[in-house]
Amino acid sequence: MIRARGTSAHGIWAWIAVGAVAVLALPWYRLDAAGGPLPLIAHGLGGRFWLLPLVVPLIGATAARNRPRWLTAAGGAGLAWLLVQGFAIAGQPGLGWGALVYALAATMLAAYGLARQGWCKGDAFTVGAVALVCGSILVFVGFPVATILVSAFQDPDGQADFLRFADQIADSSIWGLACLSGGRACGVAWNSLALAVVVGLLSTLLGLAFALISARSRFPFPRILKVMSVLPVITPPFVIGLALILLFGRVGMVTVALRDWLGIPASRWIYGMPGLTIAQLLAFTPISYLVLLGVLQGVSPSMEEASQTLRAGRWMTFRRVTWPLIRPGLANAFLIAFIESLADFGNPMMIGGNFRVLSTSIYFAVVGAAHDQGKAAVLAIVLLAFTLTAFLAQRLWLGRRSYVTVAGKGDSGLPLPLARPLHVACLAIVLPWLALTAAVYGVILVGGFVKAVGTDPTPTLEYVMTAFAIKQGAGGWFLAGSAWSSLLTTLQVALLAMPLTAGLGILTAYLLNRQNFAGRATFEFLTMMSFAIPGTVIGVSYILAFNVPPFELTGTAVILIIAFVFRNMPVGIRAGIANLSQVDRSLDEASLTLGARSATTLRRVILPILRPAIATSMVYAFVRAVTSVSAVIFLISGEYNLATVYIVGRAEFGEYGLAIVYSAVLIVIMVSALLLIQALVGERRIGRRTAPQVVKA
Amino acid sequence: MTVPAVEFQHVTKRYGAVTAVADVSFTIARGTLVTLLGPSGCGKTSTLRLIAGLEHPSEGRVLIDGQDVTLASAAERDVSMVFQSYALFPHMTVLENVCYGLVASGMRRSDAAAQAADKLALVGLAGYERRLPSELSGGQQQRVAVARAIVLEPKVLLFDEPLSNLDAKLRRRVREDIRDLQQALGLTVVYVTHDQEEALAVSDRIVVMHAAVVVQDGSPRELYEQPQSRFIADFIGNANLLPVVIEQVEGPNARVRLGSMTLDLAHRGLGPGRAELAIRPQGFSLYRRPAGDGEIDGRIAKAAYLGSHIEYVVRLEGVDGDLLVSDPDVARPLAAGAAVAVAIAADAAVIVPA
Repeated sequence: MIRARGTSAHGIWAWIAVGAVAVLALPWYRLDAAGGPLPLIAHGLGGRFWLLPLVVPLIGATAARNRPRWLTAAGGAGLAWLLVQGFAIAGQPGLGWGALVYALAATMLAAYGLARQGWCKGDAFTVGAVALVCGSILVFVGFPVATILVSAFQDPDGQADFLRFADQIADSSIWGLACLSGGRACGVAWNSLALAVVVGLLSTLLGLAFALISARSRFPFPRILKVMSVLPVITPPFVIGLALILLFGRVGMVTVALRDWLGIPASRWIYGMPGLTIAQLLAFTPISYLVLLGVLQGVSPSMEEASQTLRAGRWMTFRRVTWPLIRPGLANAFLIAFIESLADFGNPMMIGGNFRVLSTSIYFAVVGAAHDQGKAAVLAIVLLAFTLTAFLAQRLWLGRRSYVTVAGKGDSGLPLPLARPLHVACLAIVLPWLALTAAVYGVILVGGFVKAVGTDPTPTLEYVMTAFAIKQGAGGWFLAGSAWSSLLTTLQVALLAMPLTAGLGILTAYLLNRQNFAGRATFEFLTMMSFAIPGTVIGVSYILAFNVPPFELTGTAVILIIAFVFRNMPVGIRAGIANLSQVDRSLDEASLTLGARSATTLRRVILPILRPAIATSMVYAFVRAVTSVSAVIFLISGEYNLATVYIVGRAEFGEYGLAIVYSAVLIVIMVSALLLIQALVGERRIGRRTAPQVVKA
Repeated sequence: MTVPAVEFQHVTKRYGAVTAVADVSFTIARGTLVTLLGPSGCGKTSTLRLIAGLEHPSEGRVLIDGQDVTLASAAERDVSMVFQSYALFPHMTVLENVCYGLVASGMRRSDAAAQAADKLALVGLAGYERRLPSELSGGQQQRVAVARAIVLEPKVLLFDEPLSNLDAKLRRRVREDIRDLQQALGLTVVYVTHDQEEALAVSDRIVVMHAAVVVQDGSPRELYEQPQSRFIADFIGNANLLPVVIEQVEGPNARVRLGSMTLDLAHRGLGPGRAELAIRPQGFSLYRRPAGDGEIDGRIAKAAYLGSHIEYVVRLEGVDGDLLVSDPDVARPLAAGAAVAVAIAADAAVIVPA
């Protein structure tokens, strides 16, 4: 007996209706297209005859409701013709809401057809979700990256030119080694690699020291470590560079103090590789710390206890047992910091001086006087090759070498305390570093309220007033400060991107973790890989791909939101997968056998249990959207400027007071957002068996 | 002939290169409790999941109540399942858990709650409606899972190793409860277990699976007393298997030689040649004297006192392999090393193909 047979037929009718609305009522092209916001049917009858075939699949679908193959063919044909005519027939404006909704309806109709043929255990929701997630990733990650590859092989007029590519990719500005032989500067690729290796090594060491102190010693202030681990999440990436300038720049606090008291002359040492290394270490050490803390906690204490009962001392136990067990984790931490360093844009921009790295060179190739998009594409390919190689190394090589020794069983052992010399060494690293971190954040928080950090410590509200003044004019109160416009845009865009990012991420996690479909492994790999694409590369690829019809999005707020969604989605995926793998699959299966379809199961069983993962990815999506600079610096427009880009601009002009006040405001906003979302989403309502319950008879 | 509740027609399920279920066909009559029995990895859980619609066959057809549901999803089938882990939704109360299926199929919440409360009372959990699953004991959680499944009045109710998370004492009671409930409500139940004692105790019929295929299908008594293969004899009856030679077949009987001894047993379709003799541990008598006619000499290798009986490992003269013998005579234990005469009760031994 088949229960609830009617639902899938209702679904098909509903999507046919959606398609009809898209064709008959919604504006087919961009709102600012010539001729006004007309639907497809008006454009089609008004001379764009090639649009009319798009109606056929909808009519066909009504007839093919009970013929799965025909239904699939109808949906597929609609999608295919939409793309073919969009790319092939030039002179059309960019596609608008009507086209988007039409694509959605066609996809879902095809999905119903496939589900009725037995795909994904006959569940149309799953097939549709897989198609939508894959499709959107193809359009907004795959297509731009492909565009960048293609444009690297084209000259400025769009003609294929391989010689030019060969020339550019081998250029001495990328690969030159002049600095070794006493020349001016090495190529940007070497600069980037050298910086990334140094930062990767040092931040792994620092992170290990912190993790050892945190996991294996009775550090008196555990909260400090916890706070420190959250800092990089809420700090816009360039802020640390900015703070270092205010501390160690030519008129920085420390520089001035050293000059006045010890007579050490001020210099520009902070601008360039040394300052950049320190800034990136401050930014990425907390990440390494979190990774290595997880690794250390994953080493089962009973391994170490076993070693001790075999008469090994603390030091030998660490050397022969603990260290080999955490070695893959160390390599992992190194690679993560390596990738982050390569992708970092804000700090090189702020403190790099004449030390050019790939990410900044890409930016200057696009916005500089040369305005050479081909060169930017070539540089982006080099950068992408580096980060993807590191990513592949991390996934393929390390993937099989992790020794997670936590078993499902309870482990009653106690972690071994550190050997004394190791403990002292770790403290000697950790304490000064904590002091430096404190100084950096102290400068950010108070720096905006003095006339000039370093030289003139007179308190002032001048910068606050410039940025955030609210004045009373003829028409009432208005936001007079120069920062308001970008701040409000930032908040709007981030708030819009937040639920989309979390939703898409969690949906993808659900599909990856709970559904089996052809190409699942590849799909997972590609979604994770999009995490390794540096923001600058995304930015460049978006302006190359979305500047022209059919996907004409530059200059809108939509492109900012899309960039955020697809940049930050992987965190939602990871949080979702981590959380889902702790939830037994039999829960979904129970729901299915009780007659609930996948969509209901997701809504009523999975999502309530996933609340922590949802909270994590919401917070992260919001915070990353607010703090992001590398991708969006290419995508902002006069109308839609963002806070981070505004701050970087101010700092470039030396208006440090304004920049630092604005940064402090951003950090405060993000801390409150973090606390607010956590309070709103709340704790899981799942009693664990650990808490003894009084059972009333 | 009435339509069977479940019918498998040449069903095969492959996961990549692994075949979990190979060309399996069987029918399950309405109102019966049928057990899928087999060692772990034999394909019995896959078969259960194929009935539920949680897996779909690579080949073949699945019919429920006469309708082809081969391509139907789990949500579309009129089948409920009690999971090994119970799979109670941790964020819902007991009542919400039991209501869930009713609400998902479109029933008003108040009606659903009333029906759910009825079924909770039926399984003896009235008054627990507002608890969270984590506030219940293992046995109570199991009963919630049962209530949640039967409230939908499914055509077929599936149990996946329902007793494996309970302690030994509780197991016996719960399996009786399940059997009583099935009889009282006239349910069709498919029950998966790897415990042959459990299967013998509750089933109308047992389908034994081994290495992805059905090896024998019959009533508990048939399986125990008439095993068709040495696997069944070993798995169901825990029988001793000894290599024998069938010397001649006469009428319904076969003359079987074991070492120095000959036995007359039912031939069960076997002809002269090599075969195996399956003897249950209870089918031996041990005597403190040299072997007489129809007996065989042996020596006690090990002895284990188990309260109600003593288990001996006996090594036979001229026969490969040790015997496991269960002797109820605990008053007069034999020591390891003692020489004994072993007699075999004819009704405790059957021949099976080698």
